[in-house]
Amino acid sequence: MSTVFAQGPRTTARREGGAPPPRRRGLVERIFGETPSAWLYIAPAVVIIVGLAIVPVFWSLLLSFQDKDPIAETTSWAGLDNYRELLDDDAFRGAVEHTLVYTGLFVPLSILGGLGLALLLNKRVRFIGIYRTLAFVPVIVSATVQGVLFSVIFDDQIGIANGLLDKLGLGPQPFFSDGRQALLLLVLAGLWAGTSCISFCAVIFLAALQDIPRELTEAASIDGARSWGTFKAVTAPALLPVTVFLLLWQTVQGIQLFDLVYGSTAGGPGDSTVVVVYFIYRSIRESAYGIGAAASYLVVGGLVVVALLAWGGRKLAARRAGAGAGAAA
Amino acid sequence: MTTLRRKLPFDPWHLALLPATLLLAAPLLWMVLASFMTSEQLYRFPPTIIPSSLHLDGYDYLFGNTEVGTWFLNSLIVSGVCVVANVLFCSMAGYAFARMRFRGSGVMLTIMLATLVIPFQLTLIPTFIIMENLGLIDTLGALIVPSLVTPFGVFLLRQFFLALPPELEEAAYMDGCSRWKILWTIVLPLARPALATVAVVTFLLTWNDVSWPAIAISSDGNNTLPLGVASFRSRSEQQPSAIMAANVIATLPVLLAFLAAQKTFVRSIASGAVKG
Repeated sequence: MSTVFAQGPRTTARREGGAPPPRRRGLVERIFGETPSAWLYIAPAVVIIVGLAIVPVFWSLLLSFQDKDPIAETTSWAGLDNYRELLDDDAFRGAVEHTLVYTGLFVPLSILGGLGLALLLNKRVRFIGIYRTLAFVPVIVSATVQGVLFSVIFDDQIGIANGLLDKLGLGPQPFFSDGRQALLLLVLAGLWAGTSCISFCAVIFLAALQDIPRELTEAASIDGARSWGTFKAVTAPALLPVTVFLLLWQTVQGIQLFDLVYGSTAGGPGDSTVVVVYFIYRSIRESAYGIGAAASYLVVGGLVVVALLAWGGRKLAARRAGAGAGAAA
Repeated sequence: MTTLRRKLPFDPWHLALLPATLLLAAPLLWMVLASFMTSEQLYRFPPTIIPSSLHLDGYDYLFGNTEVGTWFLNSLIVSGVCVVANVLFCSMAGYAFARMRFRGSGVMLTIMLATLVIPFQLTLIPTFIIMENLGLIDTLGALIVPSLVTPFGVFLLRQFFLALPPELEEAAYMDGCSRWKILWTIVLPLARPALATVAVVTFLLTWNDVSWPAIAISSDGNNTLPLGVASFRSRSEQQPSAIMAANVIATLPVLLAFLAAQKTFVRSIASGAVKG
């Protein structure tokens, strides 16, 4: 915050509109090089984004080293106690495990499914508009509604899923009353609808597919490339940037999973579908802020380490490849 | 492929497209159907897939036993205020970042970019404490304030403004038009597609969000629609058709908006990723 307002006095230096437009800089602007009134334009954004995103990130870190007594309302320095407590806590370890299982299944499946769906929806056939509408509708469904919907469809007593299994002559499944199946059903529900589902990935891939000039794919097929060849030579490289984006995005969405759980299992049966954000939610409800903050830092810290390792590995591989190419030349 | 194409009166891709898209839409279609069934129809084993008759029992129960009208209004207020605020504040900030030179612009832009990738759980607890100190916990204000401005909107509009030709603005400037007036009378009317995207994304995110409302709201009368639906489900497991009716009502506004402006929706969702 202080760095923001350290610029404050400048805003009084000149009135709005006192400077010529940025493209044609006059002498005054070349000396001062700025339009101080701009700070008035960005002030609401700065207050909200710095105040409720940047400040909390550091505050969380501070909180994670503190212990707050909810009754006496006193705060004491706890050092690494919260972290130690969490590492010994089976509920937290379970939450991390469930989050990793969910994310590990959800990210690749949603991206592959989205890619397949996008390739289908990119075909030039009749009624493609209707197909696209049907395929895109799940994106706008709230994850909570989706959770509620799936918990009714896959209810072990009255669910239509068991009804269908019965029609197929198969035995009923416990579904949401079984911990392991419940977690897999959450993955299925997450893939099916919500702001990060298969359809969402398909929207992104389709937009990227449509940015590929038709001439490029046509040229490739005229040159005798079969459809797989065209895909490998033209389509796949063009989709690489969005795929990287989706990997990052879907992973962040995966570790933030909450709405689906809240709408369907509420962490149950037992604690078998408690995920990290649900764990933090419960610690806020119990006013255990220190534990909750430490939990978020453990998870995000872990992810950052993984991301850095992956990035470092890629850099290293690229350098090796570069060195190899250099040696060959 | 070619032999198949000759035999069929239609493109063989329909054979993949039709089942795939129907499968994706199936849970939603069933949700609508189930909301018009009675609990008896749903409780029968094996459960009914296509009902023989339609009923309004679920809706009757829902409206008679819950504050669904209040939830709906709450959602409308939260989403409405956030959409208007985002369009306004993101335009202002985006315009400043695109067209004005000022000390600290680079730093502020980088800071905002960084917040795009901060996972939500890191900011959760301090945000809760801040809202508590502002006396906003368990009010709609707690849901509105953190979503007044989104970094996504600022970036999207900045990119859009940068792509506009500056000549028009310069001419207006020479004629003595203030920057504020230029923004309102020249830039924003040109930016309608980008503003629509910001509005759609803000509406979708605020209407559907439950993570933060679940933490910030505790009394039934302050529930948003999805939050109310979830709490209703956990309270009345015996009323599946009423639960489905609640689901339908929570989805309907977004669904109607989507069907009315599908192109804008799809472009908005894609713009977040491809250009963002």
